Amino acid sequence: MTYLAKSPWIIHYDASSCNGCDIEILACLTPMYDVERFGIINTGNPKHADIFVVTGSINEANREVIQNIYNQMPDPKVVVAVGICACSGGVFRECYNIAGGIDKLIPVDVYVPGCAARPESIIDGIVTALGVLEEKRKNRVSSPMVTDHDHKAHHKHAEGGAQ
Amino acid sequence: MSKQITVPFGPQHPVLPEPLHLDLVLEDEKVVDVIPTIGYVHRGLEKLVEKREFTEYVFIAERICGICSFIHSQTYVQGIEQIMGLEVPERAQYLRTIWSEYSRLHSHLLWLGLFADSMGFESVFMNAWRLREHILDDLEATTGGRVIQGVCKVGGVRRDISPEKLDEMVRGLKGMEHELQDLSKVFLHDNSIQHRLRGIGVLSKEDAYQLGAVGPSARGSGVAIDIRETGYAAFGKINFKPVVEYEGDCYARCAVRVKEMFTSIDIIEQCAKKIPDGPVDMKVTGAPDGEYFSRAEQPRGEVIHYIKGNGKKNLVRHRVRTPTFTNIPPLVTLLKGCDLADVPVIVLTIDPCIGCAER
Amino acid sequence: MMEPQLITPIGVGDVVTKAEQAKRDGNRLVQIGCTKIGDDFEIIYVYDKNYQMTSYRITVKQDDEIPSISGVYFGAFVYENEIHDLYGIHVKGINIDFKGTFYKTVIKHPFSVTIVKEDDSCQNK
Repeated sequence: MTYLAKSPWIIHYDASSCNGCDIEILACLTPMYDVERFGIINTGNPKHADIFVVTGSINEANREVIQNIYNQMPDPKVVVAVGICACSGGVFRECYNIAGGIDKLIPVDVYVPGCAARPESIIDGIVTALGVLEEKRKNRVSSPMVTDHDHKAHHKHAEGGAQ
Repeated sequence: MSKQITVPFGPQHPVLPEPLHLDLVLEDEKVVDVIPTIGYVHRGLEKLVEKREFTEYVFIAERICGICSFIHSQTYVQGIEQIMGLEVPERAQYLRTIWSEYSRLHSHLLWLGLFADSMGFESVFMNAWRLREHILDDLEATTGGRVIQGVCKVGGVRRDISPEKLDEMVRGLKGMEHELQDLSKVFLHDNSIQHRLRGIGVLSKEDAYQLGAVGPSARGSGVAIDIRETGYAAFGKINFKPVVEYEGDCYARCAVRVKEMFTSIDIIEQCAKKIPDGPVDMKVTGAPDGEYFSRAEQPRGEVIHYIKGNGKKNLVRHRVRTPTFTNIPPLVTLLKGCDLADVPVIVLTIDPCIGCAER
Repeated sequence: MMEPQLITPIGVGDVVTKAEQAKRDGNRLVQIGCTKIGDDFEIIYVYDKNYQMTSYRITVKQDDEIPSISGVYFGAFVYENEIHDLYGIHVKGINIDFKGTFYKTVIKHPFSVTIVKEDDSCQNK
């Protein structure tokens, strides 16, 4: 990639991550790794963002938040799952409150492995995402509206403990 | 006079990388009540003791939180070693002390950066995180991991540090000291920072103690609780004094952390001088049978791992009470009566670590 | 090495009196934790003064009701809500009662049951 047509902004959400990947994403923004040289800025507003960076896996409380952020982002948009928990659930996949990787809820374009993901691989993932973004922009891909209607409570929900 | 409105703060909020949610009840610009909601990061990892053997579980314990990672694994293995009556080699104890102080340095620098960012002081944020990279470089060189080290195990540690590397680390820290001095000057003496912090979010000594505040949140209010004084690992053989400030406001809590960085450097230096030769691990046979409350001082305060085993490979219960969890009641008290615009700064001064708190 | 630890068993009725006594003696509340042992639930209250821990243990059954000590120690509400949400033990008279919304979990009171995710292929059963 020789030049970028846009300065992509990212939005980061911590979905039940242990913070390890989150602080590495922040480390990417600081002088040592400095992703701002690609024109990348971390924003807090989903409507400003092009790239959605998620760390950690889906749990009961945050699935609505992830959907909300994803649906609010304008097209074209790219999702980057950072860290093994976001990819598949990682060491926590057997926990009762973990539903699995981010791709069980929203479409993921780039997977960044690692526990915790290293800043170098995060930057690599985001730069790959820029290519996907450019591709989507050219082809005018419109992303689906994500809903969670078919999500059912765990079949053992009622059995546990006191009512 | 005016009607009350509720403003949600979080879970996705620019000032915090983590999802903390607060319902702030406002009267004009003043916060009159705060209702915390947690559970956005709840994984239920304590339940994994049923599926993982106690030796494997160290990795899960370490991943409770990516910032306090080393000290979590250290506290967990200390608890297991207490139950099993293992006398861990002294060199391993010193190495654990060195690494735990390194994590404290990295955590405090991280916090100073985020704190500066919450006040809109972007350049200081960048500077603090630039210095933090030196600490992470040393951690990576000696353990193999930047934020998740994976170096503690039941009965010792996995890696040794050579005397040459230890010298180099101490020299590196000494060389960093004047840069840290420059950084701390900003936090301690800058006029506009003092304006933002002095007299804001005051927690009295009485409240801090009764509400169960720990770590810098307690020490900023004059409550001298520092679990390192109980002398776990090699802290019993090291001379140090907990940093205590008395004003109880945001400035005091910030000053505690700034000054603790220099204490940590001093502790690492003493350890490097006193560290004995010898093995760094020992053979472990059997399984823990008994219960123990293992305590340690994290960057955010006292952490407790309750471990109960019944002589089988899988523990019966592992329960973690993290510093942020017990700092929630003081936070609720602190926020009542403050301005809405000060909320991010006050929330950050307890150094919330949601990953820890919700497990 | 570390300090020896003794956990004194007490009755459910003594919880509040012991908390009041601990507060009079100048202790701070360190934690309240619950453990499931067979069909019983053990709840341990830990107080601390000058790094000396005092612990009390009560044993209750599922759906039992225990008194809240949040009237004595304001900060106890986080632990008591946690015990209610994760274990399903009712705590009476919490000062800030979340009524089961403190933790949002897939399975109700997850720590009171044994859970196996059958549909997951990567399981250590």
